Amino acid sequence: MSDQPKIRIRGLKKRFGSKVVLDGIDLDIAPRTGMVVIGGSGTGKSVLIKSILGLVTPDEGVIEIDGEDVLKAPRGRAKELRAQIGMLFQNGALFDSMTVWENVCFGLLAQKRITRRKARDKAAEVLAQVGLDASVADLAPSELSGGMQKRVALARAVASEPAIMFFDEPTTGLDPIMGAVIDELIVNCVKTLGSTSIAITHDMASAQRIGDCAAMLYQGRVSWTGPASELMTCTDPVVDQFTHGRAHGPITMALRK
Amino acid sequence: MNRLLSLIEALGATILGMIEFTGELAIFAGTGILFIFRPPFYPRLIGRAFMEIGYFSLPVVALTALFTGMVLALQSYTGFSRFGAESAIASVVVLSVTRELGPVLAGLMVAGRAGAAMAAELGTMRVTDQIDALSTLSTEPMGYLVAPRLLAGTIALPLLVLLADILGVLGGFLVSTQKLGFSSGTYLVSTFTNLKTDDVVSGLIKAAVFGFIIALMGCFNGYRSKGGAEGVGTATTSAVVSASILILALDYILTQVLFVK
Repeated sequence: MSDQPKIRIRGLKKRFGSKVVLDGIDLDIAPRTGMVVIGGSGTGKSVLIKSILGLVTPDEGVIEIDGEDVLKAPRGRAKELRAQIGMLFQNGALFDSMTVWENVCFGLLAQKRITRRKARDKAAEVLAQVGLDASVADLAPSELSGGMQKRVALARAVASEPAIMFFDEPTTGLDPIMGAVIDELIVNCVKTLGSTSIAITHDMASAQRIGDCAAMLYQGRVSWTGPASELMTCTDPVVDQFTHGRAHGPITMALRK
Repeated sequence: MNRLLSLIEALGATILGMIEFTGELAIFAGTGILFIFRPPFYPRLIGRAFMEIGYFSLPVVALTALFTGMVLALQSYTGFSRFGAESAIASVVVLSVTRELGPVLAGLMVAGRAGAAMAAELGTMRVTDQIDALSTLSTEPMGYLVAPRLLAGTIALPLLVLLADILGVLGGFLVSTQKLGFSSGTYLVSTFTNLKTDDVVSGLIKAAVFGFIIALMGCFNGYRSKGGAEGVGTATTSAVVSASILILALDYILTQVLFVK
């Protein structure tokens, strides 16, 4: 049972019109492991995690969480399996009609795991975990800086203590120092909760900080997997070109075809 | 020959597109209605949508109704005085307002104000991933965002139209008595003698349908929007245009069903 991956993906395919985005993804993510998914823009990284979340319906394939195929499970069961996933969106996706504390405790309130009266205290507790003072709890998201919004979004993602966490380009739009701070918070939160995580990023420094292992998406498939620490020294030509940001190589060749 | 085939192909694609759109709209409406009756319920959101659609539309609907009643009395007088039928003005004003102008004008005003706001809000939520975020936080977006607005629209518009009816008649009364020289007693007697409960109720039924349509088109267009700010703008325009056209088309159909004997 301990060998069973937390998330197992087999033959996942998705096309939009004539454009094939995912062309048979196979991926295993072991429990309590941080997987970083890298790849060029439009290679289907976001579609991959949206498929796991149920926001996109794949054309075919298997997505197992704890050994259960969420694509074949009854609607209610699939919802239960996906309820253990916390998601940090690229732009935060904070609800701008709500205050910070309402955002943070939204999932807990929706699942009726907390009363509205206690939610504010819980929000202050979670905000402290991501390095924010309780005084921001009553502010609107638009009153916060980009880095603070990202922290609030992280607080919202971890508030329900999810067993699985997804991070979609968590450091995009942040300065290098704030990016490193967010990475550190992500690592701490994931470790504290003992979660399994998948992060999508173009930031190689971030990938190495938050990932235990990495997968390269190329032409709709996983072209390489290995330890995240080897990303910059990997000899695979696709990974090598991508991680070093070279204009010439197999990825450019593929685009020219 | 090739040109003809291309034409047929384009026509076919357009028809298929329209069928697909209609199907999507029907599924969206059906799902929205289903979620009105399926827990969890969101009374706070229903209240907020009610305020947005109803309360904040009060000034624009009230002014529109008042001035429409006033203009209607003036125009009717101009026409009817040619045939010596000035006494019919009160009846024309009250029946036109309750049966037709109240629901249609209030519907068009609310479509322009609240329908556009709904499409813009949901559209922005869509392009900034807030709707996806709802799904990841154990909340069904159709139940949370769409159902409260559909319910609020269906309830709020009849109440607005009731007010519009009163103000429209008041506008006609003011012009007739203050400017055209009618006696207030005669005008009021003529108004209430010719007004039947059915006239008002049928207008309110129309208003409920229009309120649902405004909320539906606002939510549908906003929910499906894509492509950033431009997409939100397109969704907003589509929401107002489609709701307005549907209101006018349904007005004819409902008039046929409700009034023609």
